Amino acid sequence: MEHRLKYTASAVFKYITLIIALVAVIIPIVVVFIASFKTNLEYLNSGTLELPQSFANLENFKYAFIDGKMMIGYLNTIIILAVALSGTILLGSMMAYAINRFKFKGRNVLLFLFLTAMLIPPITTQITTFQIVKFFGLYNTRWAPIVLFMGTDIISIYIFLRFMESISRSIDESAMIDGASYFRIYRSLILPLLAPAVTTVIIIKGVAIYNDFYIPQLYMPKAELSVVSTALYRFQGPYGKRWEIISAGIVITIVPVLLAFMFLQRYFYNGFTQGAIKS
Amino acid sequence: MHRYTLDYKKQRTIIIVTFIMIPVAMLITFSFLPLARMLYYSFTDWNGLSKNIENVGWDNYIKIFTDPDYFSVFKVSLFYFVASFVQLAIALYFATILNFKLTGKNFFKGMLFFPYLINGVAIGFIFKHFFKVDGTLDMFLTMLGLESWIQKWIGNPQIINVSLAATSIWRYMGFNFIIFLGTIQSVPRELYEAAEIDGANRWHQFRYIIWPTIRRIIQLNLLLAINGSISVFEIPFIMTGGANGSKTFVIQTINTAFEKNDFGIATAMGIILLVIVVVVALLQRVLFRESEVEA
Repeated sequence: MEHRLKYTASAVFKYITLIIALVAVIIPIVVVFIASFKTNLEYLNSGTLELPQSFANLENFKYAFIDGKMMIGYLNTIIILAVALSGTILLGSMMAYAINRFKFKGRNVLLFLFLTAMLIPPITTQITTFQIVKFFGLYNTRWAPIVLFMGTDIISIYIFLRFMESISRSIDESAMIDGASYFRIYRSLILPLLAPAVTTVIIIKGVAIYNDFYIPQLYMPKAELSVVSTALYRFQGPYGKRWEIISAGIVITIVPVLLAFMFLQRYFYNGFTQGAIKS
Repeated sequence: MHRYTLDYKKQRTIIIVTFIMIPVAMLITFSFLPLARMLYYSFTDWNGLSKNIENVGWDNYIKIFTDPDYFSVFKVSLFYFVASFVQLAIALYFATILNFKLTGKNFFKGMLFFPYLINGVAIGFIFKHFFKVDGTLDMFLTMLGLESWIQKWIGNPQIINVSLAATSIWRYMGFNFIIFLGTIQSVPRELYEAAEIDGANRWHQFRYIIWPTIRRIIQLNLLLAINGSISVFEIPFIMTGGANGSKTFVIQTINTAFEKNDFGIATAMGIILLVIVVVVALLQRVLFRESEVEA
């Protein structure tokens, strides 16, 4: 009896803490969501939690998309995501294949260099990376973030390397008996088998690139080269006092990630748990 | 099938060279070259443009550690360092309770993790709105009759770093949570069931099953909290730009380089950060060698 009482008490406590967490996570976002549907006058004269007069008022979203350059931001983000992700997957898987399957001179040095590079905090090296990017004429082009996301991406190589270890060499050997070239083995056998690692890389890198702020901010100040995060950041100037428009921008930024997360939850959890092993 | 005339030995060389060339070239160009240049400039007075570069020895490093203008930013890191303990405690708590049967488990799991996926700029703005005068937080306090608690959350230098560190917890807790939950769930179910039959309550299960499993991961995270708290950048940069005493080490570094054009000092700061990170990583290698194998 006493035992049961104690269990109920702890269950109640559990749910109370979960509800507190729920409020803490959701309220700051809900408030923004509500504001994004209000007119300026309405926003200034209504309570934070008061619902908007109409959820059909999409003026703020129109402002955010067009004047606020969120549309251009999406376009640029998609281009950068597509190129940088394909590049990362291709280069990372090729590199992992070569390092894992062939024991060559300098292999350990190479591994050491890549693992060491993982320690370099990218934000501070931007001071000197900036000059290098400028030197190559990549400043204010989409290539700057693309090349940096690809070139300083050691986590994906690490994920591919770890995954390669689980692919049996007997697969390569039987293909070689059939006369397949090494390139063919990589392309037709290894690459398809790396699919789960590719998913992990897409999730981790995709979220990182979509959310990255400082690299595009530093390397692409041109307004037409805004990405989602820099377009939103620039709302501060012209819309500094128009919180309802900023709110629409925030909602536009969050919704795609929320949808992706809701439909691909399992992949997100697996991806981030596996990716975390790197540390 | 025997279309390929190249023997495997030649193929091997070609594959090694072509498959490795680009990543290595990029690694050198965008990781090690910037690093080498940082090291070099950190001993000079370079202003980012001038052709005249004077060697100044250790002056930049001495200045960072003696000039309170630079040194004070380390104090800001302490707020985030303390916050990471709170963050890990919350993450551990929720990972533990969500490990057991619970109505709405998946919903709560997703909800606790989701903030980690949100764009940093969006989070910065959301919490600017949350903390501003008459913002969401003030409104809530008023609703609860706690008007007297209202503060200038991001205007008052005394509490700004607490507000920003709290935002940081909000953003990153879900990540620790999901890692902890994954680790705890790697324990076979039967172990809990056996313990339950033996009359173990939740606390016993936590103390004797969960804690030993997760101890190392937590220690590792505490160690990494040092790196995390010194590398804080996005949240304060977006929310306050470093105003009102919220300037962090990285914001200071970036400002010194791109606003003051004092590349000598800025690169020296970058090197100091790197040294701290490397020392922590070495400590981790020494202290956690076994745990790495099982991870």
